[in-house]
Amino acid sequence: MSVAVTIETIEKRFENFPALRGVSLDIQPGELVALLGPSGSGKTTLLRLIAGLEEADRGRVLFGETDTRELSLRDRRIGFVFQQYALFKTMNVAENIAFGLKSRPRHERPSNDEIRKRVRDLLDLVQLPGLEKRYPSQLSGGQRQRVALARALAIEPRVLLLDEPFGALDAKVRKDLRAWLRELHGRTGHTTVFVTHDQEEALELADRVAILNEGRIEQVGSADDVYDHPATPFICEFLGEVNKLPVKVVGSQAFFGDRPVLGGLSQNQGGPASLYVRPQHLRIVDETPLALPGTVEHLRRNGPLRRAEVAVEGLKKRLEVDLASQVAPAIGERIRLRITHGNLFAAA
Amino acid sequence: MTAATTTFRWREPSILPGFGLALGITVTALSLIVLIPLAALFLKAASAGPADIWAVATSPRTLAALKLSFSAALFAALVNAVFGLILAWVLVRYDFPGRRLIDAAVDLPFALPTAVAGISLAAIYAPNGWVGSLLAPLAFKLTIPFTGLSLGFDGKVAYTPLGVMVALIFIGLPFVVRTVQPVLEELQSDVEEAAALLGASRSRTIFRVVLPQILPALMTGSILAFARAVGEYGSVIFIAGNVPMVSEIAPLLIVIRLEQFDYAGAAVVATMMLLISFALILTGNLIQARARRRFGDV
Repeated sequence: MSVAVTIETIEKRFENFPALRGVSLDIQPGELVALLGPSGSGKTTLLRLIAGLEEADRGRVLFGETDTRELSLRDRRIGFVFQQYALFKTMNVAENIAFGLKSRPRHERPSNDEIRKRVRDLLDLVQLPGLEKRYPSQLSGGQRQRVALARALAIEPRVLLLDEPFGALDAKVRKDLRAWLRELHGRTGHTTVFVTHDQEEALELADRVAILNEGRIEQVGSADDVYDHPATPFICEFLGEVNKLPVKVVGSQAFFGDRPVLGGLSQNQGGPASLYVRPQHLRIVDETPLALPGTVEHLRRNGPLRRAEVAVEGLKKRLEVDLASQVAPAIGERIRLRITHGNLFAAA
Repeated sequence: MTAATTTFRWREPSILPGFGLALGITVTALSLIVLIPLAALFLKAASAGPADIWAVATSPRTLAALKLSFSAALFAALVNAVFGLILAWVLVRYDFPGRRLIDAAVDLPFALPTAVAGISLAAIYAPNGWVGSLLAPLAFKLTIPFTGLSLGFDGKVAYTPLGVMVALIFIGLPFVVRTVQPVLEELQSDVEEAAALLGASRSRTIFRVVLPQILPALMTGSILAFARAVGEYGSVIFIAGNVPMVSEIAPLLIVIRLEQFDYAGAAVVATMMLLISFALILTGNLIQARARRRFGDV
């Protein structure tokens, strides 16, 4: 039932704004892929193109071997969950879910009893049993979200597309639904593509993450791939908080000013570069070699961790440093920081 | 549903002040402008005495006029519901040269003195007018077999009940367009896209998804158009021909009674119009309120 989706060098312009500039992506049958990017990066446009709600200027989308340009919207068999759910508010939950089945031509349409049974099964699947007679206005945001999903699943889609599926929900519901969706995908196995601007959501949920920026895919890979080995500075910055240090690479060492801050580099390109270091990859140390001296200027709470802002001579922005709970420097204290891990990009 | 079981109390809906003042102004203004004049109307009608009231109320001429007024207004409202909806749809959904002009022209029936509208319509639809002369050759008569009922069009619009309807359609159109337009504009396109992706044909999408959502607004507009049409006087009398028992509308009958100094008779006809209108409009509004309560806003 699930198909592979192949996206071939898609280009799309709106007026004079290039929304997508040559995007290619292979999605395996049954895979769960996240399209991640800031707003305006083209991720929603790409999703709508896969659905057939937009037409590409160049390039094509294949479902298996079939060119989707030859398929009508109905024949594409897409399950699409809209950001604002787009439920039919004049229909109750059961009618919403049954809408796709009842829209089929007469000879393909299941009997009314079958439709009723399917609606009941789908409501069980999305954990909303017994809500058939409710109207969308009587449901909470999370419930609407799940009804929208049940409605999309009712037509036995070949591809499931979700546009910012958790965008309009509060943090707690988001987390719950995320785990639930992951589990549901494991059970139903639809080829699924979802759009999000929340990197945490993408990394947690998806088999693979495709990161878009200004109409191009900058990197595709598993959560570990993209987080640990970001292909570009943009990805490094987009996936989480990061400190940026201008350095100079000589041999296997990176120098900040004339001070070596990171050693054991395998890259053989020398010269000026930018070193990206995440707050959790800075550690306060006692010894001097490969350490960066600085002054603690500010301390604050950041979720489970404490965060220090450390001013370093020669650096305009303070370094953000995550502190293990036992170490607690005072404000104004001089400390030394060691970089345990960093990503190096040649200076542009 | 719960409201029916709880006892009535003065409801102060929020902590913000202004409830008393607002309600005071409302009651005063409504009394001065609507309630007291209407009460005077009832009193005047009652002054005629039961026998006279009954005589006026059941006279064939009164009944014919009322029947024409209400049926023509209802018909005009239905035509406007369909035509106004299409017009609003075109104005909202499509962009074409002259769209703004048409959009502005929709309001003209509001602004134009009704007499001007009536005279123009009469001139155009008269047998020798631009449209009337085209319609004249289309006369036909159909007799439905076995029933004895016949259906016909004698080629004339002006100076017949058909002319009354044309005038009422003209003056009622803006109500439907202007109430439906904003609702159509706010309709989210994702609902239609969702329907299309679920495999619905375009007509199924329109009739099952779009129309139900704009139905409350469409009803509001149609009720307004109906209400306006029932009371319309100025434009109709020029095109109707005003033949008693055939094309004489109730408001005209009231004026005729007034000119004969039969104030009580005029008041009786007016009261009947008032009661029937009130009942019809109230029914329409109740149906609508139910729909709104049920579907809410998502």
